[in-house]
Amino acid sequence: MTDTAVNTSQMQISDEVAISIQNMNKWYGTFHVLRDIDLTVQRGERIVICGPSGSGKSTLIRCINALEEHQQGSISVDGTLLSSDLKNIDKIRSEVGMCFQHFNLFPHLTILENCTLAPIWVRKTPKKEAEETAMYFLEKVKIPDQANKYPGQLSGGQQQRVAIARSLCMRPRIMLFDEPTSALDPEMIKEVLDTMIQLAEEGMTMLCVTHEMGFARQVANRVIFMDAGQIVEQNAPEPFFTNPQNERTQLFLSQILGH
Amino acid sequence: MTTLSDPPKSDFRIGMLLSDTRYRSYTFQFIALMAIILSVSYLVSNLLANLDRLGQDLSYEFLGAPAGYDINQQPIPYNSQDTHLRATVVGAMNTLIVAFLACVTATIFGVIAGVLRLSNNWIISKLMSVYVEIFRNIPVLIWLIIIFTITANVFAPIAEFRIPRDGSDPARTLIFGVMAFTNQGVFVPRLTFDAGGMFVFWTFIASIIGIFVYKSYVKKHLFATGKELPFWLPALAILVIPTLVMYLVLGRPVGVQLPEMGRFRFEGGLQLRTSFIALWFALSIYTGAFIAENVRAGILAISKGQTEAAAALGIRPGRIMSLVVLPQALRVIIPPLISQYLNITKNSSLAIAVGYMDLTGTLGGITLNQTGRAIECVLLLMLFYLTISLLISLFMNWYNNSVKLKER
Amino acid sequence: MAQDHSTAFVRTQEIPPAPPPPGETGAVHWIKTNLISSVPNAIATAVGIYVVYWLLSGLIPWIVNGTWVTNNIRECREVLAGSGGGCFSVLTERYAQMLFGFEYPSEFYWRPSLAFSLLFFAVPPALFPMYLPRWMLIATGLYPFVAFWLIWGGTILTPIGALAGVMVGYYAFTKLDKYGFAAALGGGVVGAWVVWQAFGMIAGGMPGFIALEAVESRNMGGFMLNMILGVVCVSLSIPLGIVLALGRQSSMPLIKIVCVVFIEFVRGVPLITLLFVANVVLAYFFPPDSNIDLILRVIIMITMFSAAYIAEVIRGGLAALPTGQYEAADSLGLNYAQAMRLIILPQALKISIPGIVNVAVGLFKDTTLVSVISMFDLVGMIRGPILSSTDWAGVYWETWAFACILFFVVCFGISKYSQWLEGQLRTDRH
Repeated sequence: MTDTAVNTSQMQISDEVAISIQNMNKWYGTFHVLRDIDLTVQRGERIVICGPSGSGKSTLIRCINALEEHQQGSISVDGTLLSSDLKNIDKIRSEVGMCFQHFNLFPHLTILENCTLAPIWVRKTPKKEAEETAMYFLEKVKIPDQANKYPGQLSGGQQQRVAIARSLCMRPRIMLFDEPTSALDPEMIKEVLDTMIQLAEEGMTMLCVTHEMGFARQVANRVIFMDAGQIVEQNAPEPFFTNPQNERTQLFLSQILGH
Repeated sequence: MTTLSDPPKSDFRIGMLLSDTRYRSYTFQFIALMAIILSVSYLVSNLLANLDRLGQDLSYEFLGAPAGYDINQQPIPYNSQDTHLRATVVGAMNTLIVAFLACVTATIFGVIAGVLRLSNNWIISKLMSVYVEIFRNIPVLIWLIIIFTITANVFAPIAEFRIPRDGSDPARTLIFGVMAFTNQGVFVPRLTFDAGGMFVFWTFIASIIGIFVYKSYVKKHLFATGKELPFWLPALAILVIPTLVMYLVLGRPVGVQLPEMGRFRFEGGLQLRTSFIALWFALSIYTGAFIAENVRAGILAISKGQTEAAAALGIRPGRIMSLVVLPQALRVIIPPLISQYLNITKNSSLAIAVGYMDLTGTLGGITLNQTGRAIECVLLLMLFYLTISLLISLFMNWYNNSVKLKER
Repeated sequence: MAQDHSTAFVRTQEIPPAPPPPGETGAVHWIKTNLISSVPNAIATAVGIYVVYWLLSGLIPWIVNGTWVTNNIRECREVLAGSGGGCFSVLTERYAQMLFGFEYPSEFYWRPSLAFSLLFFAVPPALFPMYLPRWMLIATGLYPFVAFWLIWGGTILTPIGALAGVMVGYYAFTKLDKYGFAAALGGGVVGAWVVWQAFGMIAGGMPGFIALEAVESRNMGGFMLNMILGVVCVSLSIPLGIVLALGRQSSMPLIKIVCVVFIEFVRGVPLITLLFVANVVLAYFFPPDSNIDLILRVIIMITMFSAAYIAEVIRGGLAALPTGQYEAADSLGLNYAQAMRLIILPQALKISIPGIVNVAVGLFKDTTLVSVISMFDLVGMIRGPILSSTDWAGVYWETWAFACILFFVVCFGISKYSQWLEGQLRTDRH
């Protein structure tokens, strides 16, 4: 994937705050999964979150669109405070797109219907307009010809690209990726990463939980390392990979880069 | 600890009852509660108005009044001067008796049919499929009535067993001298217990437990020393010898009483009435067809790979069945089997269609009709079945959990 | 290793396929492996053949020598004279009673018969949606109203009004959908209710407008009654079952408890006790002046009964869906009603269909229990008016065989369909 050089200079990071998380804590029962998370994301940032399994990285991004409830601290997205008010939750969810490890496409709907469902029912977009938008994004992820097939007929890589298109159809300002390539066969990882790189080039604010360190080096402007529910280290990719400070980061990097 | 920075407590607005996730669920539940209270009070007010109009009340006092009807199968002494409550208890015991016996025989039918359906003999497996499909797809009530009709019309009348006046041989005699199938039921030998007879009985039960103890000892011995002790012969000895010794020592307190033809009817022995036989057999053979399907599915669920893996380890075919396939298949078979037992118990209420005096026949039938206490009787009837169902469900949950724990 | 190289080999010619050695295929081989592979197997075969012979030797003379034309059982006995044949005349003489009951006017038998035949047009579009065009579902949708009119009779305004109410309600629902599910549902119900009231007044005003002669509910009987109870109760219990299943999955404790108690209570008692409720208890809970006939009370209780079982089937379907589906719906901003209606239920119901069909078969068989509370369904007809008549007392083999065949054909057909559908669903997923 390194053959497509990414022009990082084009990716503007503005001063505008996209996501602000302060002193956030979360427990599963008595288990403290997220501890004192403080994170501010500027508009246009591409952040990669990595860490061993069970470190809370998925839980962190799932808290951002309220798939999981946090118990202490505050999260605000584009200035909207994530509270128990349904209106705020709905507003945040319509501005934040999310891609899952297992794609979670709706198997009983065609690709096109998957992409138009939310715009029609949540945004109340007229059907025709929603379909045009959907086709625009499906072309963007390079699978317009599959629009009338069902998810089960597509390969994993294609399904994940559809899932990205489905999120984009809601015109989100922020995208969350929860291990988008972990469930894919090796030969399909590249097509999904290419799509994500393309998104990054267009200036989308992105938070990716992933183990694709190549992707992190190439696209991210910040890498966050989490362990045991805490942010252990964060830095720009270059210093992060070449000169990790914390012991646990060093150990983790040596394990995943070692082989 | 961090400082709490919860969202600022905004003023409460009425709209938040619906829009705020903290209150929303309470709002809905409150609305639901109101709706429930309204509909229940509507129903109760109708009930009271109707009772008032008919000059009735709700009371269980009738249970203390004499029942005034006979019950033809009495596990405990009962006569028509006894109370409705006692009649109810007799009915409940009759329900449990037929349900228990039907569970046992249905399991036997089901296991045989289920295993034979997987047989590699084409004719046998097809015959079993025909059995399963025919019985599953025709209502149990029709089977019950057909079997009742057969037992009541096809079996010989008792008169044919009587010794004619001229002293010649009767038209029919008892099968092997011990059993008779008649249109008034089946007559079989009855066990009689004299003083000390119960000791023999309990010795026998203890022997059966002893066999299981011995089996676990054999297993322990095998694990500890690697040597396999003989099982079947010692097991037979454990089963027979103590009971026999007890029987002889106590002076043969257990006897068998054979049915004998008296002047007009059979005397002695045990009469299994037509209605009982029909209900027992119909429930067994109908539910057996369903159990056969469960057994077949359970065995098929154990993949061929398991058998092959065991064979590759060098385990003998008989042992593969008992060590690898059966323990796994039972895990699949037992939960649906228990729910079939539940079905048998519930279906035993069809007794009323053939006049077997189970709980539905006594409490829900004659007592209800005589006293006119419809609400009280039906409520009590439902509570009885509900209690049994809940007990069976509890057992099933316990079983499922114990199986689940072993998996980890 | 060096040796391996020296024995290098390259095939240059294909080996042509050869037939297997004799005795490995064909009929002889089949008999060998399936019937007489071992001594016990051969014995089993002999036993099996004897059982088949025994069954057929009773059955064939019974059918072949049977008589179809006598007037009563005494004539039957004369004609048959111990030939072992069946007295099928009871069927020729009384089939109409077994099918329609003894009080349905005989001149109108064509009406339920026509309703039954129409079932063959109404049901396939719903059962085989993958092979038939969608517009044919219109036949399915219209069927209940047509069938009601044919069987019960009365003015055509009644079913038209009911249909109009449903359509107005549906239209209102779709129009109000953008204001939220609750508003749409409320609007739909109000719309339907208004139309029903209006048509109720019109129909009350002109009872003779294109009317079939009305037949009262209590005159329904025979196999028709089993069919009516089965079809009506299953159709009504599916929506109720969905609501109960969703309630049982709810995170709100009160709603959950109410649904669990209802489901477990109904599943814990025999259907017969619920029929007793319909027969002698339910009337107490209606307003004193109301007069709700027995068939309607029975329909209420059987519907509740099957709804509890269907709810459990659907709960299984809901539990089988991966949580990712709920999360994806949430992350796209769909609300609860939308997520359920558009994402969760379509998938959960699809997995549940075979289970629902099994419940339907069981319920259809259980409709015979109404004979216990002295309704004259097929079983009630045979036990009561037919076997206790002087003409046909004692013709039980023939009558019960007829009942068995009717039930077997319907239930076996539906179970086969459910098995076929299960196979379809399995292949669908991959």
